[in-house]
This record gives sequence, C-alpha cells and structure tokens, in this order.
Amino acid sequence: MNLLELKDVSKIYGSVKALQHIDLSVRQGEWLAVMGPSGSGKTTMMNIVGCMDKPSNGAVILDGADISRETPKNLTAIRRDKIGLIFQQFHLINYLTALENVMVAQYYHSLPDEKEAMQALERVGLSNRAKHLPSQLSGGEQQRVCIARALINYPMLILADEPTGNLDETNENIVLDIFRQLHREGSTIIVVTHDPEVAEEAQRTIVLEHGRIAAISENHQKNHQK
Amino acid sequence: MKKQTMYLRMISGSLIRRRSRMLVALLAVAIGATVLSGLLTIYHDIPRQMGQEFRSYGANLILVPSGDEPSLSAADVEEAMAYFPADSVVGIAPYRYQTVKINEQPFMAAGTDLAEVKKTSPYWFVNGQWPTEPGSVLVGEAVADLIRLLPGSPLTITGTDASGKSFSRDFTLSGIIQTGGKEEEFIFMSMQDLENAMGNADEIDVVECSISASGETLDAIVSRIGTNVPAVTPRLVKRVTQSEGAVLTKLQSLVYLVTVVVLLLTMICVATTMMAVVTERRKEIGLKKALGASNESIIKDFLGEGIVLGAFGGLLGVILGFLFAQAVSLNVFNRPISFGLPLIPVTMLASIVITGVACLIPVRSAVDVDPAVVLRGE
Repeated sequence: MNLLELKDVSKIYGSVKALQHIDLSVRQGEWLAVMGPSGSGKTTMMNIVGCMDKPSNGAVILDGADISRETPKNLTAIRRDKIGLIFQQFHLINYLTALENVMVAQYYHSLPDEKEAMQALERVGLSNRAKHLPSQLSGGEQQRVCIARALINYPMLILADEPTGNLDETNENIVLDIFRQLHREGSTIIVVTHDPEVAEEAQRTIVLEHGRIAAISENHQKNHQK
Repeated sequence: MKKQTMYLRMISGSLIRRRSRMLVALLAVAIGATVLSGLLTIYHDIPRQMGQEFRSYGANLILVPSGDEPSLSAADVEEAMAYFPADSVVGIAPYRYQTVKINEQPFMAAGTDLAEVKKTSPYWFVNGQWPTEPGSVLVGEAVADLIRLLPGSPLTITGTDASGKSFSRDFTLSGIIQTGGKEEEFIFMSMQDLENAMGNADEIDVVECSISASGETLDAIVSRIGTNVPAVTPRLVKRVTQSEGAVLTKLQSLVYLVTVVVLLLTMICVATTMMAVVTERRKEIGLKKALGASNESIIKDFLGEGIVLGAFGGLLGVILGFLFAQAVSLNVFNRPISFGLPLIPVTMLASIVITGVACLIPVRSAVDVDPAVVLRGE
C-alpha cells in the first residue's frame, strides 16, 4: 500500500523549473533515499512532501488524501500530525533542554508527556543527557535529540534532510542504526543525502537531475528484511 | 503534563537561559517604565509641591465679618475653620487692628497670633527676633525709621481703650519687619497684649488663612463657609489663587507633554529592542512552524514572554521611577515626594501593554516566515 504518491508533480519559480513531471510512489514502511546534485530539486521535493510548499501542477497524495491544494493552515496541521522532520543542522531550540526540545513537538501536537519524551530519548540513547541544553551536547547527540523529537508524535512519514551531513563517522553510524531500527519497526522514511553510503542503506534510491528523476535503483541489504 | 505548564516552562526557559539577551530587553522596558513612573509621580505631586511653594507668598483666603457686624468672634472663626481640610492648613492668623500712638504720633497696631503669622507670611524679613514673650512687639521698617527705633529699644504705646479711657503701656522692640508692603507701617503684637491694653477680648477684624489646596478646593471651601457660617464672609485672595492656578496648570501641562513625548520615545525604544530580539529568532519561529505550531501558538509564545518582561520591567520601573522622582523633588523642591500606590498598577499595565504591542508587531510579520528555510541544510 502506498503511503505517498506524487503524480505528475511540477514546481515552477518564475522561469526556473525546480521539479518537472515527477511521478513517485512510496510504500508504507519503505525507506527511500533521494540523491542528486545541488539544484536538482531535492529540497523542493522535500518541501512539497513535507507540506511546506505546494506544487505548481500535479497531485501529492499522502495517506490517501490529496494535499496539493490544501491551505497553509491545513498543511501545518497535516505536517504536525503525519510528518516527522529531521534536519541537517539539527535545529534545536537553544534555551530548552534536550527533554524539553522533544516535548515542544508534543506541545504543538497534543499534550506534553514528560515520561514519553524521556522514553524517546532513551530510544536514541540519550536519557542521561535529558537535562542538558543543546550547547552542552555534541553534534551527534543533538541529531539524536532531533530524531527523538521527530518520532515523538508517531509520524506516518519521517523526512530527513541530510541527517548525517554534519556528523563524524561514529555519530553517522549511530544515527544510521537508529534509522535501521525505525525501518525494522515499520516506519516510512525518506532521506535526502549526498552520501552514497547513506543512500545504500535505503531500500530504494532515486536520483534527481534538473528537476527530473534521472535514475531509480533498488538496494538489497539484509537489514531491510523484517 | 498540562499545556500551560509546558507553556510556562518554555517562557521561563527563554527568559532565564537567554538572560543576556533578555536583560537588554528588560533594561529597555525598565528604563521606559522608570521615566514614565517618575514623570507621573512628579506630575501628580506638582500641585502639592507647588502648593507648598506658593504658601510662601502669603494667605490665599481671608475671613471678614458679614454685613454690619463690626468684628468676628473666636467662635465664628472656629466654626469656619471646621470647613478647612485639616491636612492642608499651613497657618491661620487672626488680626485685630487698633489705632495707637507712639510719641503722640498715630500708628496702626495689630494684635495677632505671631506664631501663626510666621507660617502665613514666611516672606517677612525680621531684623532682630520674633517676639517670644509678652510685652515684645514687631514694628514695620517705616515706623522704626520714623521714630528711630532699633531692635531691643523700649517704646511706650498710648491710646484709648474700649471703655474710652486712656492707656499707656511699655513694650520692647523685638524686631523690625521688612516686607516691601503695607506691613512696614504697622506695629505687631500678640493678641493678648492688645486685648490687655484695650481692656476687652474676642474681637477679630480679619483672619488670614494660608491653605495648601487647589483653586477648586478653595472655591468649595468659600462656598460652604458662605452658606453655613452666616457671621463670616470668606474671600479668596485672587492675586494669589489665580496666579497659583495659572502657574500650576502651565507646569502640569508641560510635565504632561514631556510625559507623553517620553512615553512615545519609550514605545519606539522598546519596540525597536523587541523587534531586534524577535527578528534574531526568526529561525526558531520557522522551526516551530515546521514542527506544526500554528501562527496563533507562536504569537502566544512571544506575547507571553513580552508580558512577563513588561511586568518585571514595569515593577523595576516603579521602584526606580520613585527614586528618580524623589531625587528630582529633593533637588528642585527641597522636600520629599509622596508615593502614590495607584502608580504600581498604572506603570505595570502601561509597561505590559507597550511591551506586548512591541512584541506583537515584529512577531506578526515573523510568523509569515517560510518554515522551509529552516529545512535548508546546504
């Protein structure tokens, strides 16, 4: 069953065609990697899938509903309820502790639950750093807080934009381990990356060039076997 | 956990853990509140302070006998005085005038309460001393020049008493008065000394009252005495009360104008600071939107911070503003200023509203930020 479908999606900014006639389906529980050079349309596609932008043409079906013509207010609600975002720059709120940063996502979603937020931090191996401010955490730890925040509301779709882009190899492996674990548990993940090694972790990789899908490849690794 | 608890946790986290930034904003709010509260204190205290100053220029209300009555009795005066606000009375000096002679030259003697005269006419300059004992008198400079008297000189006052008999009494000149006015042609003695000389008591020609009150209050006193005490006719000393009213109105208008201008400047200053504080948090706003926060939630977050800042800044401003007003009052009027309790809610409310509005303007424009910009990691 497809969780996400892009049907003939194009995005045009003035004379720039950022995306052209994209057709893509992402199955429930699939791990998809999106690669491509800068300016190939990766970010535009992620923004559209992440309900932060709307396509100029085409339809975006998320969980059976077309979100391509929704109002900004509805898109915010869809993003809040169905999507978990992971950023390259982590983007934690600097005056809140790791635990509070996770709880912020709960706060805007429904009700903050400290116990549940702590469990999310435990899941990413950071329960002992819960009371620390982002400035007191390493890059890898900050990214794990970002992942815990993205997971806290049980999103249908996890969108990660260069999640290992700012990490060293050790932390990259920790983060990829978490992604593997999430995938095994059935999460649907879309990861934008420049790193072929990270892309290889996904079940499928699409390569964007000049706003079009230039290549699709299936990866076969044992960690994808449930 | 309740949403409100998390809301307060976020606000306190922002205020406490970003204290260097927030201190700048708090300082801007507190300075604004200080100037506002200080000027408001001065504005409200001006009538009291200037009223005290104007009392240096003499009585502003006199009581004279009504109709054909030759004089006032002490009971009449007492009855009229009941209409004076007790805490506003600076001094009340009754006068009884009598023609007397010194060395066969006629002069006007005034019997009075000299301690009260000191309060009603603080501008009198006395060369010598104010009388402290019976038998001591003050004479005007014109009288002293005419009969060549010096402080400490003995003098004999003669005249005709109430029963038509001649009297002659010896006095000592305690001091010579210089006022530049009619008083320099008078002899001033205690009421008791004059009554002893005249052989009768309880005759008062005029009562000079110095009352620290606004023109409206004085008008009300005059009206009430006129209606309720038939033996007494109260009159305002127009040259004093009217000029006092005019000066007070102008001075208050000036301070009011300065207060309004300062308030506007404060608003601009606070708004600019808050704009800078909010603008540097555009990324945070974008992130919150990316996490699914509605525009209303984000406005609520910033407004909460603004209100807390405004309340703390306002409270600080009340304290500092009073100290500022006190310093101004001590330097300008040489007396302390009174603290008005209503100033606390007024300053805090003004401070909260100004900070809230100052927050709202930049936040309203910042909530339109595209959360996608936050996602850009490249």
